[in-house]
Amino acid sequence: MKNKALYNYVLRLGDDSLILGQRLGEWCGHGPILEEDIAMTNISLDLIGQAMSLLDYVGEIDGQGKDHDALAFLRFENEYRNALLVEQPNGDFANTMMRQFLFDAFRKPLYEKLTASSDVQIAAIAEKSLKETRYHLKHTSEWIIRLGDGTDESHQRAQKALDLLWRYTDELFSETEQDLTLISLGMVPSMSEIKDQWSKTVMSVLEEATLVIPTNNWQFEGGRRGIHSEHFGYLLSDLQYMQRAYPNMKW
Amino acid sequence: MVSKESILSLLDEVCDPEIPVLSLADLGVLRGVEYVNNEWLITITPTYSGCPAMKTMEDDILLKLNDHGIQAKVHLVLSPAWTTDWLSESGREKLRIFGIAPPEDEVDKSVLFSKPTIVPCPKCGSRETKMVSQFGSTACKAHYQCLYCLEPYDYFKCLK
Repeated sequence: MKNKALYNYVLRLGDDSLILGQRLGEWCGHGPILEEDIAMTNISLDLIGQAMSLLDYVGEIDGQGKDHDALAFLRFENEYRNALLVEQPNGDFANTMMRQFLFDAFRKPLYEKLTASSDVQIAAIAEKSLKETRYHLKHTSEWIIRLGDGTDESHQRAQKALDLLWRYTDELFSETEQDLTLISLGMVPSMSEIKDQWSKTVMSVLEEATLVIPTNNWQFEGGRRGIHSEHFGYLLSDLQYMQRAYPNMKW
Repeated sequence: MVSKESILSLLDEVCDPEIPVLSLADLGVLRGVEYVNNEWLITITPTYSGCPAMKTMEDDILLKLNDHGIQAKVHLVLSPAWTTDWLSESGREKLRIFGIAPPEDEVDKSVLFSKPTIVPCPKCGSRETKMVSQFGSTACKAHYQCLYCLEPYDYFKCLK
């Protein structure tokens, strides 16, 4: 393998996109209104498209001839490196929007920084994906404000979603020792920079949405090390079903 | 050997499978045609990362060229990232006639609750229109409605 540190980094990016794309796809045909059904599946499509580029690059770094399909469909649970946040169940619409908002607010500054990566392929994927992510963040920010500052019912649901999901946010910014090498080579930004920008976006939107950040700041982590929540196995059985039942089948 | 011009004119007949009035050149997806190592190398770029039409576009290019006995390979590049600025003038006009509002020059601002871009109705030309949803029938389109003639229509989003 050319670069183990880079491999792990890009794998995390790819798995975040893949798993969140899979979760959003579960809304297909179940959205609260037609426009939102389409919006969520559009965002899902963008994320899965980004996952294809990222996982293809992972396969290239790995050098064993694996493409995005092999990586998406033929790994075991503990080989996925997505953050716990993105695998959390959809819940109600407020919960899905909150999960997406917390993620988009993280992804946008990350892609912005990665467009300047000294690694040309990461920079190219980031440049492409950033344009899409801007649309996503705008959409979810507007929904968080509309729900939080809406009716009593929508406010309560949005607050409940924030209380539930806040505990998964710290993990987004975790850094490994290998990452430090990549940072020193100018390939990736340091997560403290990303967290500053994330906090700014999140604070300003939540304030306008009249939502309150939970005071209990206990944080969960594990996904980045391959230790997932119990929901993940069910998600994978859906995601992998066709390839496991009919190995090597083509669409 | 066939000339680059004849390859280009063959490729003019290859259209976006979801917007069949636009050729891949009109759309700006076709980025290059070169002769490398005894075969033609056709370079394309996706509009959106997850655009499901990319594979069909690639197959259609190869089909068209192979039909004329031309060996070719299709190569996908991500950078520079596609922008609606690459949509040709004739492409914009074809979109409008087809009933899809072409991208306005103004980028949709990322500011919260910014006023959506004014997109004139492709049917009656009225500027009294509203955005129904930022996300439309495909990744590259938003959904609008004309308040004058009531026509619902797609808007080809401005992406820069």
